[in-house]
Amino acid sequence: MKPLRTLAALLALALPATTLPAMAEPDPANWPEVLEAAHGQTVYWHAWGGSTTTNAFIAWVGDEVSERHGVTLEHVKLADTADAVSRVLTEQQAGQSEGGAVDLIWINGPNFAAMKRQGLLFGPFAESLPSWAMVDTTGKDVQHDFTVPVEGYESPWAMAQVVFIHDSARLPEPPRSMPALLEWSRANPGRFTFPQPPDFLGTTFLKQALVELTPDATALSRPVEEADYEAATAPLWEFLDALTPTLWRQGRAYPQTGPRQLQLIADGEVDIAISFSPGEASTAIANDQLPPSVRTYVLEGGTLGNASFVAIPFNSSAKEGAMVVANFLLSPQAQLRAQDPDVLGYGTVLSMEALSEADRAAFAALDLGPATLSPADLGPALPEPHPSWSTRLTADWITRYGIAE
Amino acid sequence: MPRLALPALTVALLILPVGLGLFFTLAPALGFSPTEASPGLSLAAFGDLLAWPGLPEATRLSLSTGFAATAGALAITALIAAGWEGTRAFALLQRLLSPLLSVPHAAAAFGLAFLLAPSGWLARLLSPWLTGWTRPPDWLILQDSAGLALTAGLIAKEVPFLLLMLIAARSQTRATSLARVATTLGYPRTTGWLLAAFPALYAQIRLPVYVVLAYSASVVDVAMILGPNTPPTLAVQITRWMSAPDLTLRPLASAAALWQLALVLASLAVWRLAEALAARIGRARAMSGHRGRVVERPLRALGLTLATATALAVLAGLAALALWSVAGFWAFPEAWPDTLSLKTWMRHGPMMAPTALTTLLIAATAALTALALATGCLEAEARHGLRIGPFGRLILYLPLLIPQIAFLPGLQILMLSLGLGEGLAPVIAAHLTFVIPYTFLALSGPYHAVEPRFFTAAASLGASPSARLWRLRLPLLLTPLLTAFAVGFAVSVGQYLPTLLLGGGRVSTLTTEAVALTSGGDRRAIGAYGLAQTLAALLPFALALALPRLIYGNRRGMRGG
Repeated sequence: MKPLRTLAALLALALPATTLPAMAEPDPANWPEVLEAAHGQTVYWHAWGGSTTTNAFIAWVGDEVSERHGVTLEHVKLADTADAVSRVLTEQQAGQSEGGAVDLIWINGPNFAAMKRQGLLFGPFAESLPSWAMVDTTGKDVQHDFTVPVEGYESPWAMAQVVFIHDSARLPEPPRSMPALLEWSRANPGRFTFPQPPDFLGTTFLKQALVELTPDATALSRPVEEADYEAATAPLWEFLDALTPTLWRQGRAYPQTGPRQLQLIADGEVDIAISFSPGEASTAIANDQLPPSVRTYVLEGGTLGNASFVAIPFNSSAKEGAMVVANFLLSPQAQLRAQDPDVLGYGTVLSMEALSEADRAAFAALDLGPATLSPADLGPALPEPHPSWSTRLTADWITRYGIAE
Repeated sequence: MPRLALPALTVALLILPVGLGLFFTLAPALGFSPTEASPGLSLAAFGDLLAWPGLPEATRLSLSTGFAATAGALAITALIAAGWEGTRAFALLQRLLSPLLSVPHAAAAFGLAFLLAPSGWLARLLSPWLTGWTRPPDWLILQDSAGLALTAGLIAKEVPFLLLMLIAARSQTRATSLARVATTLGYPRTTGWLLAAFPALYAQIRLPVYVVLAYSASVVDVAMILGPNTPPTLAVQITRWMSAPDLTLRPLASAAALWQLALVLASLAVWRLAEALAARIGRARAMSGHRGRVVERPLRALGLTLATATALAVLAGLAALALWSVAGFWAFPEAWPDTLSLKTWMRHGPMMAPTALTTLLIAATAALTALALATGCLEAEARHGLRIGPFGRLILYLPLLIPQIAFLPGLQILMLSLGLGEGLAPVIAAHLTFVIPYTFLALSGPYHAVEPRFFTAAASLGASPSARLWRLRLPLLLTPLLTAFAVGFAVSVGQYLPTLLLGGGRVSTLTTEAVALTSGGDRRAIGAYGLAQTLAALLPFALALALPRLIYGNRRGMRGG
């Protein structure tokens, strides 16, 4: 046992678990000072790099903040947001409390909940940003992230809501509820699938089905430990047991991400796909990634919605620069560009009432694209379940269906 | 210089990252988690691993793809060399296959996926006129649970590697003359070559074969694209656990990494036994005196068919990538895109240029350093009469035999706790750890096989050791040296995990960009980046083929492959 104890001591020496007290933290309320300190900083923004349209948008943001504020923005393209979270965790374990590799993360849901819980985030800063005044805090739920209070530890930049994509040329009347989807899939085996959990979009499909099928949806807003999990999820598993054999490849394989699922529609392998961005289909049509006959629809009982955020790690090497980028993302120019279906097609987080006449007109004049639903057709977004539900559902789904045969 | 300085430095570059990385990755498996106040020995992580329902299937997948891919690639390589060496068809195939070595695994896998999928290019070319399909059939061809697509993809990628190693070794053994003797004894070429030349050649390429085995059993990126997902292979699952934000999964990931390590080592041991068995069978076959005339034609045909199919599959996959990079909308079952445009290249070109430059800089530095170290070590070995024993050899190939996922995360933690920042230097150093063994693999066989009497003769004429190195050995070895450099360069270009982890995400290469894009599935962008990557790695191979021809245009024996 002795050598092992020596190893443990070595490990404890090499990896101080406690973090050193931080240097003087920037004060987001003192914006002129933030701007001054940000000038000349380089901000490493860790964001999922799987979508070429978001990559191009981030590159544009980089050009703008460089010109306006002298901030250099570098997009670190991730295959999975969890990579950045685990990077910050690793740094915390290694006792690196400043000069971290990650300055800004595109984040939400369980990743945010984990970082906030483990004290990995800088803040609160979001509600001190000058552009916060324009954010729609009453109509859009940007102060909760999967029911977890944001408390200024991340700044919203886009609204998302679940829509389903269908090719109207092949399927003019898509099924508009989970039972209808099951019935349709039984009649048309192999023509539907969803990204494989733990991909967030696949997990979203599980949650969307749960919200519709569970006997009491209000239980979902509390941590899963406080609910009768078996009773709440029994209808979901019954539904999935019936649906899975009718899926694409009989549920023996799944697309790994949302964009790969879209490619399946373009290839004619499936007829319906789930998306978390109401404008994604229009953008994909503009980029030749989907046929022009593609349209989107929502379910009769409504669909889940949430916001995308940016957060700043506790040990970011450029907190001021990161705040400047977060603030720029909330500017009407950036929001307008993000909502343009030729660019991103992401919903704005701003309140139209808070904007100037000219900006409001510009938003009103925006052509949302052929496949994007109007806000009225989209309907109100249903709240996300508590993040603990995502985690538990994902784990259970993997045990039940993720390890086939 | 102290005579052991270079070998010591090289050994340090190989052993330290692997050893320390392994320790810091695997310690959590035994309960030594740095986040816990009172670390102590615990086997709980192994209990969690055993409780994972996917373990038997993931284990079986790792083993079966490892063996099947290695055996398949080796068989194709041997058959094509046996039946066709010295023919026009062989020269053509060799020219087709060599560049394929440099194709990054992820790009090749994606190209294959697009070629073979039920909605892939092959199906499109044959539909609907032949198949009657207006919709793709719901067939599980890719990501099948038996791992056949993954195995096929690995074979297609490893045949060029083994063939290149075989060709590099050929000029340094008596294989060709042995085969000729067999022919004069009345053996048809395939059987004669397999019985007489192959054993000598296999001794030279044994380590590359082991590397293929270890790699195939623990590959991550190819398995993510072509491998099954219900459950995935063990290596893919470890990657998922390692990168999960939930820290409590780390001990489980570490335990699984240890298991992966054991699987790889066990596979190698089993393979070693199979070698002995094959040798026994081969010897009995040779002693029997059967000339094998009946199987000659089928064997030759099989070799040519399989090798051609391999080359064509990867090439057609690359063509598919190229076509997607200029495609407008392209619906099933159209054989060609509706429109062609340069939109993708215009969009990505400006961002691609600096990334490409970084990639080339890292690869050139790593490959050159590795070449210098490898040459230095081999020369020290030759001059001082040192021999790398079996243990030394094990050290040399440690980084290739230990799954990357088992030691890179620990290495990252270590570098951070030592306060070493990320950037180009750590990335190049980490690349070196993988580039050095491949460079050695490519160089050591040829280095040892140079006719020693040349040096005795030179020494007796008064040439100093340096003169013998610079004026005799290195010029003689020009082809293997260039090949080794090209291999090292391509290895560096293809590195994903080391670049990502030790660059802190701040060093982006064509490979990190392409893999990030692969997760998204934008075929046009993947096509563009895959092609750019391929071109970057192709450059030194073109040099390795062209330079000896230019320099030794008048000396046939010096032109090598």
